[in-house]
Amino acid sequence: MNMPVSETSRGKVSRLKATGDPSWVRAVCIGLTLGFIALMLLLPMIVVFTEAFRKGLHVYLAAITEADARAAIRLTLLAAGIAVPLNTLFGLAAGWCIARFRFPGRNFLTAMIDLPFSVSPVVAGLLFVLLFGSGGLLAAAARWAGIQVLFAVPGIVLATMFVTLPFVARELIALIQEQGDEEEMAAMVLGANGLQTFWRVTLPNIRWGLLYGMILCNARAMGEFGAVSVVSGHIRGVTNTLPLHVEILFNEYNFAASFAAASLLTVLALVTLVIKTLIEWREQYKTSTDVLES
Amino acid sequence: MRRLKHPGRFGLLPGFGLTLGITLAFLGVLVILPFAALTLRSLQMSPGDFQRILTDPRVLASFRVTFLAALGAACVSGLFGFVVAWTLTRYPFPGRRLVDALIDLPFALPTAVSGIALTALYAPNGWLGSRLEPLGIKIAYTPAGIMTALIFIGFPFVVRTLQPALADLEEEYEEAAASLGANRWQTFLKVIFPSVLPALLTGITMAFARALGEYGSVVFISGNMPYRTEIVPLLIITRLEQFDYTGATVLAVAMLGASFALLLAANLIQWRLTRYAYERS
Repeated sequence: MNMPVSETSRGKVSRLKATGDPSWVRAVCIGLTLGFIALMLLLPMIVVFTEAFRKGLHVYLAAITEADARAAIRLTLLAAGIAVPLNTLFGLAAGWCIARFRFPGRNFLTAMIDLPFSVSPVVAGLLFVLLFGSGGLLAAAARWAGIQVLFAVPGIVLATMFVTLPFVARELIALIQEQGDEEEMAAMVLGANGLQTFWRVTLPNIRWGLLYGMILCNARAMGEFGAVSVVSGHIRGVTNTLPLHVEILFNEYNFAASFAAASLLTVLALVTLVIKTLIEWREQYKTSTDVLES
Repeated sequence: MRRLKHPGRFGLLPGFGLTLGITLAFLGVLVILPFAALTLRSLQMSPGDFQRILTDPRVLASFRVTFLAALGAACVSGLFGFVVAWTLTRYPFPGRRLVDALIDLPFALPTAVSGIALTALYAPNGWLGSRLEPLGIKIAYTPAGIMTALIFIGFPFVVRTLQPALADLEEEYEEAAASLGANRWQTFLKVIFPSVLPALLTGITMAFARALGEYGSVVFISGNMPYRTEIVPLLIITRLEQFDYTGATVLAVAMLGASFALLLAANLIQWRLTRYAYERS
């Protein structure tokens, strides 16, 4: 009874000696990590909420309910409300045609979908200024249609859609590819039509990846600053999104109001992180049980 | 087998035309047309315009500031990103999953918010700035401030590219090294570090590329003094506000060229290193 126990524990000790690190190395690494995270991530978040509530709750509430702030919140919700569903549609379409079919130009298409991630937000905004500004390719068409694009809501929506274009598509291309098409083929063979196959087979399989892409897309859409700043024209109460509202108040030394607006965006970021982490844990759990079952 | 793997080509799975159409329509409006507009605008300019604008001392200074701050921040991100990724994959400690989830905060937090929060921390009258000032250390409104913001934005890239590489390392190699008489430090330097080096360099390059174009988190803490702390994206915005589309376009083309060259270099590094590792094994 004693022998095996002592043998396993000795085995463990020798393994620790061979490939484990000395405890002072562990302590230094854990200490550096915690210190770095506290300084870099926790402290800025604490600053946002402390500065926001510095002048009391009523100043905070006034700052986030005054007319310009409400207009900014409305515009941010509107831009994200248009950009996220449209980019979700794009992500589903791109995921399906790129992951399920082989065609010439497929790699080029994939590279083009990734392009917005490697462009500076300011350059992204500039692209739309050049497209719709005086002498631009679509300037005459927009004027003919009577649509004001730059320094107006359509420009903000377009710039937001550009910077958030890859989020859902990237997630879904990888996920649909990884899943294989056996189940869809089975559904088709059993007589389901395309739409039924999509609703009953594809969508249930990708729903968590879809949600994952959508919340990241939404966080970026509501928080985008550089690209939107270039196309918006900063007209108060009209073309100011919440991040631009934060900037204007900060530059006016109205710090309490600026941080109050920023605290809303920080809560959004935290909620996004929580949902994202829950999905990741769920997926890890799923893959580990899959491994156990197989 | 190939027929079964990609049946769409043979017409069993539906929706190819529809989904490709939607994809091309989105890319056309959001990517192809805007880049066509940029190309058209740059073709209308003479090489003289490019030379005149890019050799302006203020522009050169802003390129130097942007490039050096991004490079320095990427290196610091690489160092701390390595320690964080190493700790998170190897050493269990209470709250590890929470710390792991927090790493993505800079991706989720709007850049304007991180910008004002870091400024409030490091400004001369700020939480940390007021304690550093008596020591003669100034962070906000100096290149060090720009670097601080860029480290905040960049280090998650390093952590997230390193974590899978560190987790994939087989323990057998470390055991083999130990049984052949290597001490832990030698094992780290000769076995572990070389196998995660491609991931580390990729993470650093991603952090560097992101830092080059970063605007929101930098513009508050940098102070935007011409020749000292003015970054290229800010210069583009200044040109646009003066309706100097030519100047803005030249700067944008230069920045796009730099980031594409960087991405190409990153791919080459990764390719060479993985091939080298493959040939050695």
